[in-house]
Amino acid sequence: MLKFTCPYCGIEASETELHAGGEAHLKRYGPGSADEEFEGYLFLRKNPKGVHLERWRHAMGCGKWFLAARHTSTLEVFGTYPAQTHEPPAEILEKIRAKYPEALK
Amino acid sequence: MRRYSAFAIAREALRHHTGWGRAWRSPEPKKQYDVVIVGAGGHGLATAYYLGKNHGITNVAIIEKGWLGGGNTGRNTTIIRSNYLQDASAAIYEKARGLYETMSQDLNYNVMFSPRGVMMLAQTEHEKRGYLRTAHANALQGVATEFITPERVKQIAPIINLDGPRYPVLGALWQPRGGTARHDAVAWGYARACSDMGMDIIQTCEVTAVTREGDRVTGVETTKGHIGCNKLGIVVAGHSGQLAEMAGFRLPIEAVALQAYVSEPIKPALDCVIMANTVHGYLSQSDKGEMVIGGGADNHNNFTQRGSFSHIEETTRALIETFPMLSRLKMLRQWGGIVDMTGDRSPILSKTPVDGVFINCGWGTGGFKAIPGSGWGFAELMAKGHSPLTAEFGLERFREGRFIDESVAAGVAH
Repeated sequence: MLKFTCPYCGIEASETELHAGGEAHLKRYGPGSADEEFEGYLFLRKNPKGVHLERWRHAMGCGKWFLAARHTSTLEVFGTYPAQTHEPPAEILEKIRAKYPEALK
Repeated sequence: MRRYSAFAIAREALRHHTGWGRAWRSPEPKKQYDVVIVGAGGHGLATAYYLGKNHGITNVAIIEKGWLGGGNTGRNTTIIRSNYLQDASAAIYEKARGLYETMSQDLNYNVMFSPRGVMMLAQTEHEKRGYLRTAHANALQGVATEFITPERVKQIAPIINLDGPRYPVLGALWQPRGGTARHDAVAWGYARACSDMGMDIIQTCEVTAVTREGDRVTGVETTKGHIGCNKLGIVVAGHSGQLAEMAGFRLPIEAVALQAYVSEPIKPALDCVIMANTVHGYLSQSDKGEMVIGGGADNHNNFTQRGSFSHIEETTRALIETFPMLSRLKMLRQWGGIVDMTGDRSPILSKTPVDGVFINCGWGTGGFKAIPGSGWGFAELMAKGHSPLTAEFGLERFREGRFIDESVAAGVAH
């Protein structure tokens, strides 16, 4: 079973306590943007078979959204980090690149 | 191709079954084809079959990285139905259901289509209202369904518990002409017919790149060398995103694992298909006697072909409430398939930004039932550039906000 440590409350939560929220670090395009940009923001996804940066909500716990780096075919979790960031912290990136140099390009 | 018949069985029995021969050839790829289809699952093979049968295009290769029918075609719960809410969906699924009725004769291959009836239980007031609406929509679409009372449900499926503690059965949407078919046979039957038309089915050949000249496709790089083509059809379900990336465009698709499991075989207890969408589970009994059980999809991106354990627990818990006798059964096997989910839970059968590249994907949790209809429409789209069956399912619908919203209509797995 998938397990993540919530970066806010520090609890190690299994996937039944969490709600998956899809790809992280999407750039939001709102009113006034081009149709293509809005389509990209709403629908188009990387969907990698590999390392995926994604959003999770600690639904049955503190209720907060956080971000995680996870491999979609080995289900290995590289770490979790707060949602108020534009990219993963350096130590998580290092961990990913040590094992999968081609990931996240 | 030697035709299969009762006479052929008798003839072969007399010579100890030594004369059957292979059902399809396994050739080396040629340098160039008119059409290359990536993915030898049900949808890919059906596309190739109708390209040949309806449009006379037989210089076709079907490339498969694993083995024929080894992906979701061999991993589903074999349910066939067409009781959809939206007109575009009902049209393509009903076309498919109709083609299943005559498939064994068309292909001269027994796909064991069994129109045993599909029942979708209404277990909340909202669901009941939803299914009443679907039954009316189906009447207008020419799809034979009806909303039946709990008493009728019990009559058709005596093993059901109507007044379950949490979710009583309030009625059901009943499609008597829905049913099941043998999923492997569907792939094998199409493969045999394609091979007979002179098409090349190339297994264990993985596509590594899509080659282009400007905006036009010229072929694919594979583990067996470069294969040239004028038109390329991508029909790879879970790995659609990877193929699209090779071709140079993005898709509104996320891959998740959907799982199923079967029980030990028991004597006949259920002669229809039952879907309980509120509690996330569906059930039928195979000809071998196993209870074939499908559950919910994971909600996180997942390429494991395994699925989360919590879903087995959830599905089992729900089903034994509605079918108490299942609690005594041992489960034999469990597996998962990687399904490609779109935002509106409807498929994509479309041209793409790359000239000559067509994509058929996004069937999500309900692709098996659509195989012949999907192949029929997608072949027409590839051959003529337009098909009435696929017109609504274009990629551009996401940009235009013109969804075929079955996610609301079906709620869950469909």
